Amino acid sequence: MDRVNALARRLPNWVVYLLGLAPLTMIVAGAFLGGLGADPVKAIERQLGETGLQFLLASLAITPLRRIGLNLIRFRRALGLLSFLYVSLHLVAWVWLDMGLRWQEMAVDLAKRPYVILGMLGFAAMLPLAATSSNAAIRRMGPAAWARLHRLAYVAILAGVAHLILLTKVWTTEILAYLALALLLLAVRLLPKWVRYPLPRRQDPI
Amino acid sequence: MRRLTWSDVTPKPLWLNRRQIIAGGMAFAAAPALAQIDAAPSVFSTSEAPNSLEDITSYNNFYEFGTGKEDPAAYAGALVTDPWSITIDGLVDRPGSYDLADVIKDQPMEERIYRFRCVEAWSMIVPWIGFSLSGLLNRVGVQSGARYVAFETLVRPEQMPGQQSAFIEWPYREGLRLDEAMHPLTILATGLYGEPMPNQNGAPIRLVVPWKYGFKSIKSIVRISLVDKMPQTTWNMLQPSEYGFYANVNPNVDHPRWSQASERRIGAGLLAGRQDTLMFNGYEAEVASLYAGQDLAVDY
Repeated sequence: MDRVNALARRLPNWVVYLLGLAPLTMIVAGAFLGGLGADPVKAIERQLGETGLQFLLASLAITPLRRIGLNLIRFRRALGLLSFLYVSLHLVAWVWLDMGLRWQEMAVDLAKRPYVILGMLGFAAMLPLAATSSNAAIRRMGPAAWARLHRLAYVAILAGVAHLILLTKVWTTEILAYLALALLLLAVRLLPKWVRYPLPRRQDPI
Repeated sequence: MRRLTWSDVTPKPLWLNRRQIIAGGMAFAAAPALAQIDAAPSVFSTSEAPNSLEDITSYNNFYEFGTGKEDPAAYAGALVTDPWSITIDGLVDRPGSYDLADVIKDQPMEERIYRFRCVEAWSMIVPWIGFSLSGLLNRVGVQSGARYVAFETLVRPEQMPGQQSAFIEWPYREGLRLDEAMHPLTILATGLYGEPMPNQNGAPIRLVVPWKYGFKSIKSIVRISLVDKMPQTTWNMLQPSEYGFYANVNPNVDHPRWSQASERRIGAGLLAGRQDTLMFNGYEAEVASLYAGQDLAVDY
């Protein structure tokens, strides 16, 4: 564990951003070169959304992992911003490629379709998080208020997973895995604080 | 009591002989054309351009092979479709277990280029090869008490990996009202693009009901029962508030979770957007009369 932590301390953040853009590169390459199957629109939309969900889950895993001694908090901002990027592109793919800019149909969907409402709610919850992702924003708000605001990530992950469940016809292993992981990552946050840190606590920049 | 088969109508030596003649003739003709099915054009075909064979055979909902759209193409190759027999039972004059060759014998094969609309709001154009279901039902003799036709798909988990989990109560079941089943648009399809039906599309024989959502068009059929009561159907059993027995394509009746007002045509390209969904999938002139007096928002 200490070796992993030492390794993580030496890993520059730009590497995480670069790796995080790999799925996007694959999707864009697939869109131009083919290989996304018979329905590239659905494939693009789905992969963007799922990647966003995966990065959000990864960012939410940082705190629980820290409690068992694995300190990856340096990368949390990168994971969160990558998640926001993918979720935003997922929304663009829905509006433009899937719905074909049919604004009236989208407005109806936004008013009455729970999966669209939940998806939009998740996206809306991520907006203030992305907007306050800089060090300057943390300083301006103060760490306590900032941390409180960033609990919106819990809203985002619940909305995101519910959004996915609602637009699928049956329960698949994949969907159950997303749901289980999200609930697990939220549930461990309810454990009493003293369960924290078997290792000596060290001070990290947020 | 021995069940009657088509061989009671045509003695086996005779049709075996016919087969040999046909097979010999085919071997004598050009080998590459061996698999081509002879099919007449149909007035029911749309003039829209069919999707590519690649699209039709790589993007399927056939949960017997998994819930992913690519699963059927990946796993259906293991399905053995020969020999194949269909049990035809219930309120029919000549019930029995019929060999596939018996089922399709003497049925006039036609190419039917149909619109195909999935309940998930995507669509394709498919050049099916098949014959009217009514032709088969008339041969087995529908008794006067029959009101519905029930269909079942093969259950063979060792060849259909999706059936190894019980998220659906196998077999996959579908059904039609008798007048829907007898409608000339309703076909049993045994091929597409002039070739025998690819496994992932429901080999060797499947139903196609073009004015209903795709899930009604049950694949790899092993049982056809004429019954007096509305039969249970798989999606209705799974989610009765979302999938009705009728499942007619209807842009005005939304799925409870998503709109059915428009659809995306598979193969149309990244920026093609959507097109309006047509009432009864564009077959309104042919089938609307079947539902006269019915409230389609209630009988969804």
